[in-house]
Amino acid sequence: MNYFNEFKKGIWQKNPVLVLNLGLCPAIAVTTSVINSLWMALALTFVLVFSNMLVSLLKNFIPSSIRIPVYITIIATLVTVVELVLNAFYPGIYKSLGIYVPLITVNCLVLGRAEAFASKNGIFISVLDGLGIGAGFALILFFLGALREILGANTFFGYTVIKGMQPSSMMILAPGAFFTLGIMLWGMNAINSGKKD
Amino acid sequence: MEIKIILTILAGTVFINNFVLSQILGLCPFIGVSKKMESALGMGFAVIFVMTISSIITFVLYKYILFPFNLVYFKTVTFILIIGSVVQLVEMFIERVFPALHHSLGIYIPLITTNCAVLGVTVLNINSGFMTSEYGLIKSVVQGFGGGVGFTLALLLMSGIRERLELADIPENLKGLPITFVTAGILALAFLGFAGLKM
Repeated sequence: MNYFNEFKKGIWQKNPVLVLNLGLCPAIAVTTSVINSLWMALALTFVLVFSNMLVSLLKNFIPSSIRIPVYITIIATLVTVVELVLNAFYPGIYKSLGIYVPLITVNCLVLGRAEAFASKNGIFISVLDGLGIGAGFALILFFLGALREILGANTFFGYTVIKGMQPSSMMILAPGAFFTLGIMLWGMNAINSGKKD
Repeated sequence: MEIKIILTILAGTVFINNFVLSQILGLCPFIGVSKKMESALGMGFAVIFVMTISSIITFVLYKYILFPFNLVYFKTVTFILIIGSVVQLVEMFIERVFPALHHSLGIYIPLITTNCAVLGVTVLNINSGFMTSEYGLIKSVVQGFGGGVGFTLALLLMSGIRERLELADIPENLKGLPITFVTAGILALAFLGFAGLKM
């Protein structure tokens, strides 16, 4: 088995946001700036990698009839770890991510990878899968965050992009998020349909 | 006086801070179940019910058990387990008492556990400081109910538009999800208009 492929597939072929369409809530809600997006992606990747690892370690001990509650408990515990660490060391980030940190628990992406991948595969591959999916998620969140921050606040990582330009604050609010993701999905479809012909 | 507070919270959660269109919670069912109006309505009612019940249980548990015993860090774990059990209970109850309703709603009920609007409203009840304020329980119940109503409203609007969109002539690459997101964006833009509402 090619280990690199397991990592690579998460970035394009099975990109969590654009192809699997999972984990949309945080992807849309917290991408008001690049910094927020990257922290969210980091938090989600941490939870994803460790939940994949624990689920694939414990897969032979979990009775299949109660596996979903067990997975959710594992994920919720990891999310609590992330919450406590963020709150202790980066309170500003914790505040600006708001309720979306505890909501990683019900992110279908984490549960979906646990159920579809980690419960059937070995520990090393599961960790690689988590890293790959996390990287794909981070990539999309980075582009969403960068686009919205540049258009909506005229800044990039907090630095002004074009002096004197009037930003459109709609891009920072909810509608801008929907439009940006819709247009990204359109681009993805266009690229994929171009390949088929 | 209390009526005014309740109405403010209701209007706030249904229109001004609509859970789906302005706080962006519960997108998976919003995109997944909004293809037909009938199933949208069913999903909406189930969500209203689960959100109201879990708001009551989580609030009481947090205020009288987790907080006094210094177990606040168990919040996320306990809340999600409670929501899972409430969903299971609701399913068993409906199956026993209203078999016809269960037949039409059946497949949507287990989906509610991973609806982030439900966990979102329970966390929001705690974060908005209802625990220390007067009538905290009533406020959190109203917020749960209003959140569910707002979710149902957004789902119904979206499904109505999507039923029409099926007949529209859309560019090939925009079909499906992309046009759904652009439509949701326009809906969210309309809901921005409520932001100026003063009670």
